[in-house]
Amino acid sequence: MTPMLSVVDLVKHYPAPGGKSVLALDGVSFSLARGEIFGIVGESGCGKSTLARTLMRLATASSGRILYEGEDVMAARGRALKRLRGEIQMVFQDPFGSLNPRHTIERIIGEPLVVHNRPGRAARVRELLDLIGLPQSAASRLPHQFSGGQRQRIAIARALALSPKIIIADEAVSALDVSIQSQIINLLAQLRRDLGLAIIFISHDLSVVRHLSDRIGVMYFGRFVEQASAADLFAAPRHPYTRALISAVPKLPGAAGGPCGKRIVLSGDVPNLAHRPGGCLFHPRCYIAQDRCQKDVPPLAATRPDKPDWLSACHYADEIDGLVAETASENR
Amino acid sequence: MSLPATAATTKQVVLAVDGLRLEARIGALVEDVSLALEEGEMMGLVGESGSGKTITALSILGLLPAAAVRHAAGDIRFRGRPLSGLSEAEFNAIRGRDIAMIFQEPMTSLNPIMTIGAQIGEVLEIHRGLSGTARRDEVLRLLELVGLPASPDQLDRYPFQLSGGQRQRVMIAMAIACEPAVLIADEPTTALDVTIQAQILELIARMRERFGMACLLVTHDLGVVAETCDTVAVMYAGRVVEQGPVAAVFRTPLHRYTEALLRSIPAANPPGVSLPAIPGTVPAPGARPPGCAFADRCGAVIARCRADLPPRITRDDRVAYCWNPAA
Ligand SMILES: Nc1ncnc2c1ncn2[C@@H]1O[C@H](COP(=O)(O)OP(=O)(O)OP(=O)(O)O)[C@@H](O)[C@H]1O
Ligand SMILES: Nc1ncnc2c1ncn2[C@@H]1O[C@H](COP(=O)(O)OP(=O)(O)O)[C@@H](O)[C@H]1O
Ligand code: SF4
Ligand code: SF4
Ligand SMILES: [Mg+2]
Ligand SMILES: [Mg+2]
Repeated sequence: MTPMLSVVDLVKHYPAPGGKSVLALDGVSFSLARGEIFGIVGESGCGKSTLARTLMRLATASSGRILYEGEDVMAARGRALKRLRGEIQMVFQDPFGSLNPRHTIERIIGEPLVVHNRPGRAARVRELLDLIGLPQSAASRLPHQFSGGQRQRIAIARALALSPKIIIADEAVSALDVSIQSQIINLLAQLRRDLGLAIIFISHDLSVVRHLSDRIGVMYFGRFVEQASAADLFAAPRHPYTRALISAVPKLPGAAGGPCGKRIVLSGDVPNLAHRPGGCLFHPRCYIAQDRCQKDVPPLAATRPDKPDWLSACHYADEIDGLVAETASENR
Repeated sequence: MSLPATAATTKQVVLAVDGLRLEARIGALVEDVSLALEEGEMMGLVGESGSGKTITALSILGLLPAAAVRHAAGDIRFRGRPLSGLSEAEFNAIRGRDIAMIFQEPMTSLNPIMTIGAQIGEVLEIHRGLSGTARRDEVLRLLELVGLPASPDQLDRYPFQLSGGQRQRVMIAMAIACEPAVLIADEPTTALDVTIQAQILELIARMRERFGMACLLVTHDLGVVAETCDTVAVMYAGRVVEQGPVAAVFRTPLHRYTEALLRSIPAANPPGVSLPAIPGTVPAPGARPPGCAFADRCGAVIARCRADLPPRITRDDRVAYCWNPAA
C-alpha cells in the first residue's frame, strides 16, 4: 500500500549569524499511512518542530521531497497549496497563545471555513463542539473563560474544521496537567478511530508517545536514528540513543521496565547545532562507540531481516545487547 | 514539635510547616498545609498547576509576593526555630545558607548580566566570607561538582550562553554552595529533556549523600517521585489531601484523587487503551466548593463529601483527608 504521506531526504538550513547556516534537518525520511499515528521523540532542538513546520509549508525546506497522496507538497502554489493546507492541519503546545483572545469560540473554530469559503459554518461549528466534547454554549464565549485543557480542545476543533486527513500535534499535551493530559490523549485516539485521521504526534514525553502511537521515530541532531513499531521500540531498542532515552524515563512502581530497566545516564549535553561531530552524530555521547564511529556515518537502514520496517542508524545495532552489557561491567 | 534527637537513629525534623494558610483577594490560595521534613529526607510535593505548590515553597523562604498574598497564617520552623516574623536581614542569613531554593525557570532567577563565576562567587562571599583565590577555587570546585566544565574560561560565561540543563546546574551550584540543610526545588527538571533530567536528579541524590541535605521536590511527574523520593505530599486545590511514604501511597492510595491520578496516567495503562481519565477540571481559588474540592470529579463521592470538609484519617505513618477512602 502506498503511504498517504512520504517524506524523502528532507534538509532544512536556517541562516545563522556571520553568513553561516545551521543544519536543522539533515536528510529526514519517513512515511505515514492512512489513519496511522506516528510519534516523534527526541531532545530539545533536535528538529521536531522544524520538521512539522516544513510539512505544513510554514517553513521552506532546503531540499528533499514531501509527497501527499502522490502530490509534490513543496512545489504546490496558489489553489493547490490552499487545498493541501486543508488536508494537513496542526495543533500547537500553547493552547492560549494560539487562540485570539478577543474572538469568540465560534469565530475561532469557524475561521478556517471562512478562509476556505466553505458554506454552513454555524452548523459545522456545532458539530465540531460535539466532536471535541464541549457544550454548545461554549460558542459565544471567549478563550480566557476556558481552562487549559478546554482551550486545547478548541484548538483541536479548529484544526478539524476542514476535515483534514492529517493532524500534526506538536507538544499538544505537554503544557497540560497530568489529569487533563489523559483526557486529551483519549480525545486524539477517539478522533483517529472515528474519523480515520492520521496523526503525527510530537512530544518529548515518551510514555505519552508510547501510549498513543502505532510507530515511533526517534530524532537526534536533525536525523532519525531509529524508526519502529511502538511495541518493538520499547521492547528492544536497537540504537544506543533510543535505549538511553527510554531508560531515562522515571518509572512508576510496577510499570514495565523492559531491557532498559537499568538507567543509562548519558554524559554531555543535548547537541548543539553549531558543533557537528563527524562520523556518527551520536558518538561523543555514545557509551558503546567504537573507533569507526568517529569516521563512518551509519545510515538509517533495516537491520533485522524479519522486520524490514524497523530502521536503525547504528553500525552496531546487531550487537547492541552485548556491547551494552560489556560497558556496564567495565563501569563497575 | 520536633523533639531533640534522643538516639542516633532518630532523625530530626529540620523543616516543619504547620497549618499554613495563604489568602488573596479572590479567596484562600492555600489552606491548612502541614509538612515535616526530616534530616536527609526527600519529599515530593505533587499536584496540578494552581494547587499551591509554588507559593507554599515561596512562603517557607519568606518570598511571598506581597501584592498578591494579603494574609498569611501558620507556623514555619527551621530546626525548631520559628521563621514567621523574622526580619528581612535575619531571613537573608537563613536563605541560601540553611535553606536554599532552585526555581523552575533558571533563566529568570539567574542574573542575565552577571557571569556565572561572579554569581556563584557572590553567594560564597555573602554566606561564607570567601574572597580572592579561595573564592575562585571554590567556584571551580562547585562547577566540577555539578558536572560543568571547571575551566577558568567557564567563569566568564553569561547565562544566555548556556543550555537549559547547564543553567539549572549553575542554579544548583549556587544552592549547594553552603551545603544547606534543606533544598527546595520547584520543578527543577520540568523544562529539561529526560536525559538531562536524569543527570540533575542524580546530582541532587549525590548532594543528599554527601552532606545529609533534605529536599522538598516540587513536581508533577509521578515517576520522578516514585524513583527519587522517600515521602510524598499530594496537593489538590490548595490543600494537602494525602501524605506518607512513597511506596505505600503509590501502592494503596487512600485519597480518591491520588487513586484516580495514579490510575489515569499512560504509564499505568497498556498502550492503546482508553485511559481512565479524571473528568472535569480543578476548581479555582474563590470557586472552591464547601466540603471536598474534588467532589465534582470523584467517582466515589457520597453525600457528606459536598457538605463537610473531609476528616483526617490515618493508616500507620500515612495521612489523608477523605470521607470515603480507597483503602
Ligand atoms: N527560525 C530559526 N532560525 C534559526 N535556527 C532555528 C530556527 N528555528 C529553529 N532553529 C534551530 O533549529 C534546531 C531545531 O529546532 P526545532 O525547533 O525544530 O527543535 P525541536 O526538536 O522542536 O525542539 P523542542 O523540543 O525544544 O521544541 C534548533 O537548534 C533551533 O535552535
Ligand atoms: N503572584 C501571584 N499573584 C496572584 N496569584 C498568585 C500568584 N502566585 C500564585 N498565585 C495563585 O495561587 C494559586 C497557587 O499557585 P501556585 O503556588 O503557583 O501553584 P502551583 O505551583 O501548584 O502550580 C493559584 O491559584 C495562582 O493563580
Ligand atoms: S554508530 Fe557508533 S557512535 Fe553511533 S550509535 Fe552506533 S555505536 Fe554509537
Ligand atoms: S472526600 Fe468524598 S469526594 Fe472527596 S475524594 Fe473522598 S470520596 Fe471523593
Ligand atoms: Mg519544538
Ligand atoms: Mg508552580
